[in-house]
Formats: sequence, structure tokens, C-alpha cells
Amino acid sequence: MTERHVQLEILRYDPETDEVPSFQTYRVPCQEDWVVLDAINYVKDEMDRSLSYRWSCHMAVCGSCGMMINGEPMLSCKAFVRDLPDKIRIEPLANFPIERDLVVVMDDFMDKLSSVKPYLVARRDKPVDDGEHLQLPAQLKKFKQYTLCINCTLCYSACPQYAHDETFVGPAALALAHRYNLDSRDVGRAARADVVASNDGIWECSFVGACSDVCPHGVDPAAAIQQTKIASTLDYFIEPLTPGRKG
Amino acid sequence: MLKMITTDVVIVGAGGAGLRAAIAIAETNADLSIALLSKVYPMRSHTVAAEGGAAGVAKDNDSLDNHFNDTVSGGDWLCDQDAVDLFVKEAPRELTQMEHWGCPWSREPDGHVAVRPFGGMKVERTWYAADKTGFHMLHTLFQTSLKYPAIERYDEFYSTDLLVVDGQCRGVTALEMRTGQMHVFRAKAVIIATGGAGRIFPFTTNGAIKTGDGMAMAYRAGVALKDMEFVQYHPTGLPGTGILITEGSRGEGGILVNKDGYRYLQDYDLGPPDPWPRKKAMELGPRDRLSQAFWHEQKKGRTIDTPHGDVVHLDLRHLGEKRIDERLPMVRDLATSYIGVDPVDAPIPVRPVVHYTMGGIDTDIDAKTSLKGLFAAGECACVSINGANRLGSNSLTELLVFGKRAGLGAAALAMAESGHADATALREQAAAGDQVGRLFQTAGGGESIVGLRREMNATMEAGAGIYRTEDSLSESCAVMNDLRRRYADIALEDKSNVYNTDLVQALELGAMIDVAGAVIVSALARKESRGSHQRLDYVARDDAAYLKHSLAHYEPDSDPRIDYRDVVITRSAPGARVYGGDQK
Amino acid sequence: MSRRPYTRTVSAASWWLAQPRYIRYMGREVSCVFIGAYTAVVVIGLIRLAESGAAWGAFVAALQTPASLIFHGFALAFALYHATTWFNVTPKAMPVQIGDIVLPDSVIIGAHYAAWAVVSGLLFYLAGG
Repeated sequence: MTERHVQLEILRYDPETDEVPSFQTYRVPCQEDWVVLDAINYVKDEMDRSLSYRWSCHMAVCGSCGMMINGEPMLSCKAFVRDLPDKIRIEPLANFPIERDLVVVMDDFMDKLSSVKPYLVARRDKPVDDGEHLQLPAQLKKFKQYTLCINCTLCYSACPQYAHDETFVGPAALALAHRYNLDSRDVGRAARADVVASNDGIWECSFVGACSDVCPHGVDPAAAIQQTKIASTLDYFIEPLTPGRKG
Repeated sequence: MLKMITTDVVIVGAGGAGLRAAIAIAETNADLSIALLSKVYPMRSHTVAAEGGAAGVAKDNDSLDNHFNDTVSGGDWLCDQDAVDLFVKEAPRELTQMEHWGCPWSREPDGHVAVRPFGGMKVERTWYAADKTGFHMLHTLFQTSLKYPAIERYDEFYSTDLLVVDGQCRGVTALEMRTGQMHVFRAKAVIIATGGAGRIFPFTTNGAIKTGDGMAMAYRAGVALKDMEFVQYHPTGLPGTGILITEGSRGEGGILVNKDGYRYLQDYDLGPPDPWPRKKAMELGPRDRLSQAFWHEQKKGRTIDTPHGDVVHLDLRHLGEKRIDERLPMVRDLATSYIGVDPVDAPIPVRPVVHYTMGGIDTDIDAKTSLKGLFAAGECACVSINGANRLGSNSLTELLVFGKRAGLGAAALAMAESGHADATALREQAAAGDQVGRLFQTAGGGESIVGLRREMNATMEAGAGIYRTEDSLSESCAVMNDLRRRYADIALEDKSNVYNTDLVQALELGAMIDVAGAVIVSALARKESRGSHQRLDYVARDDAAYLKHSLAHYEPDSDPRIDYRDVVITRSAPGARVYGGDQK
Repeated sequence: MSRRPYTRTVSAASWWLAQPRYIRYMGREVSCVFIGAYTAVVVIGLIRLAESGAAWGAFVAALQTPASLIFHGFALAFALYHATTWFNVTPKAMPVQIGDIVLPDSVIIGAHYAAWAVVSGLLFYLAGG
């Protein structure tokens, strides 16, 4: 296995000692099949114990390890060193305040996620002993894609709207709302509309589409938002004509 | 200095079991306050990485008896049969409840939930959501938990110790990671749901966070760790990274071949090598037997040599692209990305990797521990329903069944308890046991966190791997004792307060060393082979002496004290574990 | 004990230069300016037509100046860019699933081009005839 030396330029920030963040450079010998996370772990284990970052699964499913790699939001556990140049600039995810080194403050995202009521609002309280709701494969297929979000927030880092206006509910939260809206077992669209179909929700989106570009799991939040715009517009016109329709 | 938060129930760990417990409490009584602590955001919990499915009797061709028998024999008769009876009975209900909460189970053409065959199971009963079942379950539970205002989350709080007053667990101490501020959580009941300890080994499917923190907390507080010698090697992990390739790929028909393209499992009483996946045979045998077969093939020189060690091949090509994309999309993505192999065109190189700890905090059938006020559920606990070897897809269901039971138990206790422990007493105890403070203050004696961690990993792999001997275990025992002594000499290189991960890794290392010690000493004491605990010097199963659970009791300055408790046998007397074509 | 989260600022004026995808997006958005301007030209043309033959003649003459031709060149280019980029993303906004089958993107995009061709054909016919 051949080794290759890469230069990691990592944005560091310790609020107790630093006025502002600054770059620190590390020269790391990388194995052929390494991902950026492996290189960062090497730095922490061998060179600098003070480097702080989040990671866990190392298989792109937990969503912990998002960071800016050469200006692009990526999961560091899926960013292969073999695909990158010898100089790799690593920064914490854009559009979030930096807590420490590569760790960003997630509070706003967690709040946004909660705000869209991302849980099943069922038609009626069906007893568990009555068995499962029937759902045809075709019905599952309708929303399946939008269930795949791992909450890595790369989309928030890519979104220029969120960059300029942190009141924007954001791609992942809106995609999750759409997931439930499309679920045949759910009747919560009206309940979600306050937040989803608001000026801070879908109408803040101008369809840049960067979110879908960077999403590691093909969730396509941009599509979710545009579809919600259409659905919401139809609701707006149809609703007054049909009072008492399903919520 | 210490911030105190008073609540009714503290739950440590926000994975599948912790979230299920929280929801159970909130649904029991909306007035109970719940503090849900986790060292990571809930969506990062390792439940998220589970792939294959969750078992529960679903179809008319199946029965609770079948699930019971499969589980008990799969566990090599070390399972408590009353617990297994309860588990298989509750399983279908819990999985249906998940469906009601929105879990996107894969479906049959008529809209009913679909099930797939899984290792060691006579009839297919594994509910699945493509090959990302754990991910979907975790997200369903997390999103559902957002409905309940009573659940107050403390994300990125690392719990350090239990607080025990008058023989009752009355709270926990925890580090708020982003400020470095120590907290005391005062409660009427505490649930530990912190997961397993796979990271004590060097090659594991487990993520960074699986460091046995909660096991160590309970252990140090005097609760026994049960059956710690039983560590499961999953037969199919990717070489190098250890990334899990789900058993589901074998459930769908994948085969395992050695360097000669030979389906070697037929040489190990798992045959005949039918072309279709015959239940409980060949690639659908139990995990311990498959991993052991690999070890033997390796000894015979029939495995394939790669830069990342010896492997065998998992061949999915005959499934076809369509089926792979529909049922195993993540497997395809993982193999292609991390090992450069597209399973549609080529077999995936795989090897056994440490995956699951059957052992854990000793609990009864109601998730209660021997310490009043303390409950435990999930991989960190040992009821035991998994015995000496867990069947795939039983553990995701276990999170739900026992997570709920822990929640119900904690809720009942919280409602019965009149008050909290005295605040001063708790503060004093917290200050006395302050691991964090000690780590900040010590100048150390030249030991490094990374160095000790590597030595621990190495000795666990060498001494307590798939096959063990008196010598290998004794050697590891000596190393571990040495490591425990040297742990006192580590020092922090990072003494900051805001999100100090040097500190967190130091705390995790301490937990791992304690837990690893329990594994080794329990393994030394068990002089037989059973399930995933295989000894080359005691190759047979010895029911006369060892149809018992081992209980490791923490001793601060020496090896844990081991004693035993009889396994609860109700209606299934220990028999031969028969897999392959012989069994009906 | 001493959190001090650091907020990085993003330039309101030049953020879009950071990535090619943002530049393409701005191009798509800027196209609206040209399309809006072209619409104004058409409206003015209608007004001149309603005024008198002389006014209309002057309008047509103005259309034939080099400045006007350059403007119309840009407007046409941007209109085409705008139309093609929007058509290409329509499958995202209106996915069509019939039973188990999701209509391929090309079908939905193709339908838009077909409709465009039909409407354009109709307009040319009306303009010519």
C-alpha cells in the first residue's frame, strides 16, 4: 500500500485563547484508501491532541463528520484522499457558528428540525393490536427518498439563503416535512403549514439547488421544497372552496 | 461550581433503547420530567448503523415458539427463557408500534409489512427497511420523541458517574461538553442505555462512540456485568475499515466462498450447499459459527490474502442489479466507495469483525438492576435474551422491548418515590468522585491515551479473539492490569474547557479498560466453549458446570470477582445446536 | 465555562463567486432582468402600434439599431438559458409516479420542450399569417 503525504490546513479556534480562528498546517502520511477523517484522526492521535471534531460511524450514516473540504461541504468519512489534491483545506461547516475547531453550534438546526413537526400525524388513533397500516410499495416509493436524510447539515452549509438569513427553516427540515406530507399514513400537512409554508419556510427558497448537489444520500431537498411550493399553492386556492377537507 | 438539575428520570444514552424508554415514560405520565442525556446528538447514536432488520413474528407460517426456539438455541442455551418468552411475545407489538409512528418498513405487494430470512432463524421474521433498518428506526424514534415536551434533551453531555445514596441510585454526574461544566442530575430513577463496547477491540463495525461508558458507570457503582466473555464477531465486515456488510445480504441469497471459490461453510456442519438460501443453513447459520469457520479456513490457508489481512468473498452477483438496488442499496454503495468493489460485478472481500457485546449490565426481565433506582436496556444491558450468541435482527427489537420496559419501570418508581436525595449529599459525592477534575489537575507520569488505547486493542485481539486459550487470556489479563495501573499516569495535553475531546477520550479509555478487564477475567473463568466464547483448551460445552451466567463484580484494585447465577430454563432443555440440512 | 461561538461573515456582494454552481445560479437569475427588459420592449411596441403608423415605423427603426440588436442577442441567449435550465429542473418540482413507475426525467423535460415548440409554432403562424 503506497503512502502519500498531504498537507492539511485546518481552521483552528479555541474560544478561550483565540480572538479569531486561524489555520494550522499538518503534514500527514496517508494510505491509498484513506478518507480525510482518517487523516484528521492521525493528526489527533500522533500530532495534536487538542484538535476537536465530531465523528462516529465512519460509514456515512450517522451524519457527525460534516466539514468544508477545499471549500465544499462533505462528510469527511466519505471524502477520499485519493480524489483530493496534496493540499487539503479543512474548515468547520459553513453558515454555522464555530464552537471549537471543526465543531459547529447545531442549536439552530435542531430547533428548525423540531419546528416542522417531523412526526407522523395519523388519521386516527389506530390500536397497535389492530396491526400495521397497509401501505403499498408504490405509496412507500413516493416518500422513500425523503426518509434518507442523515441530518448531516451539509445542505445548510451549501445554501446561500441560509448563509444570509438564518431564519430560513432550511433544506433538511423542509425535506423532512415533505417526507411526512407524502406519507400515505399522515394527515399533518395543515399542521405543518404554519412553519413550512411561511416566508421563512419554502418561500425563502429561490431554488439555487446547492443543497441537493452536496447531499450525500440523494435526498434532493431542493425538489422537496419546490414540490411543497406547488402543493402549498394549490392548498391556498383549493382550501377556501372546500372547508372541512382532511387536514 | 457544579450545576444541579432536578428531574424525575434521567436517561443516559439516546439511541434506540434510550429514546424508546423516554417515549414510554412520556406516554405513561405526561407530568413526569425526563432528562435525556447523550454524549452525541441522538441521530448519531450507533443504532443508526444497524442494517439488516428487526425480528418479530409476523406471518401465519411462523409462531412465537419458533422465535423462542431459534433464539434459545442460537444463544447456545445461555438465554434466560422467561425473558425470551416475554421478548418474542412483545416483539410483534413493538414493531407494529414503530410502524404506527411512521417507520418506513419495506412492504409486500399487498401492503403488509415484509419480512426477510436471517441467520439462525427457521422462518423469516425479520422486518426490514431496505438495508438501513437501524437508521430508519432511530430516526423514527427520535422524530417521534419530539412530540413530547416532557422529554428534555441534554445533547453532548458525557455522563461520568452514578450517584448512589443509601443504596439507591439518585442521579448522575455529567460533563457538558461544550462548556466543560460539570452537572449533577438529581433524579428518582436512572436508565442507562449507552450501547456496547466494541471499541475495546481494534477491528470493529462499531463507531467511535461505542466505548462502554454506561457499563463502566454501573460496574463501578457495584452492579455486576453479566456474561462479558461473550463478544460477537459479525462474519462480514469490510477489511480495513471494519464497515458492516449486513447479514441481510446473505438473507437475500449471498454466498461465502474461500480462495478456491468453494462455499466452505459446508465443511462445518452447516451444509448442504443449496443454491437458494435454506433457513438456518450455510450462509444463514448463526454468526458465531460463521466467524469460527473463517478462523479455521484461515488456519488451513484457504482465505484470500489482501493488504488489509485475510478475507473471504461474499458473492452477490447472482442476485442481479435490480434486486441489489432494491434490497441492498447501501451495501452496494459501501462496497463501491470503501473497497472499490461493485457487488453487481465482483464478490465483496469480507472478514469477521467485532460487532456486538452480548454481555452487559446485569438486569432482570423488567430491565431492573441490583441497584434500586437503576435500570438498563439495549446493548449495554444483559437480560439475557441473547445468551452466548445473538441472532441477527434480535437486537433492534430488544431495544424496543426492553427500552419500553425500562421506561415503564422508571416511571413507576418515579411516581412512587416521594422526593429526591439531599442536594448537599449529592454534591459532596460528585466532588469526591470527580474524574474530570482529577484529569485536569494531574501532571501525569508519561503515559499517553493513544498508547494505552492501542495496547488495549492489541491485547484484546490477541488474547480474547474468536478462539481463546488459558495462556492467551492470562497474558491479556496481565496486560490489562498493567494498563489499568498506567492509566493513572496519563495526562491531558488539552486542558481547555470548550469541547475538549482529549478529555472525553481519556474518560472513554478509562471506561474501556474497566470493561475489557471484565471481559478477560470472565473469559478466563469460563472453562468451556459456548456460542461466541470458544476455547481451544476447553472445546466442549459443559452444561453441568457452566449452564450459568457469569457475573463480574468490580474490584477497584484487583481483578473483578466472578460468581455465577443459574440460567433460567423453563421449557427448552439444552440440546445440540443443529444447523444445516439435518434440521427440519 | 467560556463559550464564545464565532460567526463567520459571508459577503453580501461577492458570495456567488465562491463556487461555479453559484455563478450558474446567478446567471439564471440575472436572465430575468433581460427577459423583463424584453417584455418592456414588446409592451412599448404595442403602445407605439396603437399610437400611429409613424410611431410604429420609428419603433421598428429603433429595433434595427446595433445597440438594439446586441441587446436582443443577449436577451435571446438569456431567455434560452433561462428556459432550458428551468425545463431541466421541472422533474424535481413535478415528479410523476404512476403505480410503481416514476416517469423518467427525460419524459417530463421532453413534454415541456414539446409544449414550447407547439406554442412557438402557433405564434410564428399567427405572426406570419
